Amino acid sequence: MKASAFSYIRPTTIDDALALLAQYGEQAKVLSGGQSLMPALNLRLSAPEWLVDIGGLSDLRTIAVSRGLLRIGALARHVDVLKSADVAEHAPLLADAMVHVAHPAIRNKGTMGGNLAHADPASEMPACMIALDAVIVVRSRAGERRLQARDFFIGIYETALAAEELLVAVEIPVANQNSVRFFHEYARRNGDYAIVGLAASATLDGGSFADLRLGFFAVGDRPLLATAARHLIGRPVTAAMLAEAQAALEAELDPQEDQQAPVAMRKHLARQLLALCVATLLGRADLEARRSA
Amino acid sequence: MTAPVAVSLTVNGERIDAQVLPRLNLADFLREHLGLTGTHVGCEHGVCGACTVRVDGDIVRACLLLAVQTHNASVETIEGLSDSGEVADLQAAFCNRNALQCGYCTPGMLMAAQDLLRQNAAPDRAQIREHLSGNYCRCTGYHAIIDAVEATALARRGEQP
Repeated sequence: MKASAFSYIRPTTIDDALALLAQYGEQAKVLSGGQSLMPALNLRLSAPEWLVDIGGLSDLRTIAVSRGLLRIGALARHVDVLKSADVAEHAPLLADAMVHVAHPAIRNKGTMGGNLAHADPASEMPACMIALDAVIVVRSRAGERRLQARDFFIGIYETALAAEELLVAVEIPVANQNSVRFFHEYARRNGDYAIVGLAASATLDGGSFADLRLGFFAVGDRPLLATAARHLIGRPVTAAMLAEAQAALEAELDPQEDQQAPVAMRKHLARQLLALCVATLLGRADLEARRSA
Repeated sequence: MTAPVAVSLTVNGERIDAQVLPRLNLADFLREHLGLTGTHVGCEHGVCGACTVRVDGDIVRACLLLAVQTHNASVETIEGLSDSGEVADLQAAFCNRNALQCGYCTPGMLMAAQDLLRQNAAPDRAQIREHLSGNYCRCTGYHAIIDAVEATALARRGEQP
């Protein structure tokens, strides 16, 4: 199908963009890379009166590191993140995850800000952001707000972003030498939406987890920072602890049934992913045997 | 409100000035305004890859890009790549290997395959599959397409298949 008619405006400064969003409010949609918005327009799931194309705001394209934070501008494309030396060094989880985001032709246009603002619960990047304890920086004419990633995602395609606000960047604490990460998703085909996925970031202390942040996706209406991780922190992980964590995880999941998978299958796969993650990060093949438990 | 917008761009090296409605996507602009019907339109929501073109050197989905977004951009379509001879060997390999039947996906396949070969002169079969995973073919079952891309890569490196 074809998009219904809309008016188009391409501001050249962030201030102009914010003024337009303040003026048009809910009547406007922000066009970034368009890789989620354009399908929605073409399928007529969305029919805004105005498109505010922020593609010309080159200030928002930067990826840079300073004072212990990796800052990724909203307009950094997926391919830029995938190829960034700073990302590879300071937030390698993002590069691991990015190869699972759609396909090369989509990654050449899709942007970090667009992906996060779209807030698809099956999307990889939101889960990475909660796993990495990122801060999402949003701006309006009234000023800037900084939101914890786990507070930013509030429902299916729903975020804490107000109509007059623009997501301008995401800030991620840089990985330290004890940081390890895990990314895996189950998908039917390369580039498909995940059936269930897990982006995890951990700090190791000897053979134990000093910290473990588990960002599950496609398991509910938003990415989930699993509190089940508390069962695995601070002491050597045993099979019994892992089983306890798996049970706790299952209790906090609220997956949807769709054409890809029923609820029970998603819960089963999430338990499997947890075991695979713990076994992989700790180098403990014995724990992976718990996968099918 | 929804008045036409002036755009200037180059398409296959030729300067184009046009007035386009904001809602017009690049694929329809190429096909209906410029008569470049080699860019095919399949799903119109970014899934099938039939409309793959190059914009400023990168492959993109022409159905997920508005014509107005290509202002000042350089667009290359399958007509440009085949007229210049850039993909002549790839096209020949597709014919030799029966890597097409109805041909609907072929322009997009060629764009994506050439994009891979420009970035990686020696891709293995898994890398070829990954790079073409966003391009659907309903005829061939893909094996012949992978064969054709692999054979072209080998030939460009001066190696025997």
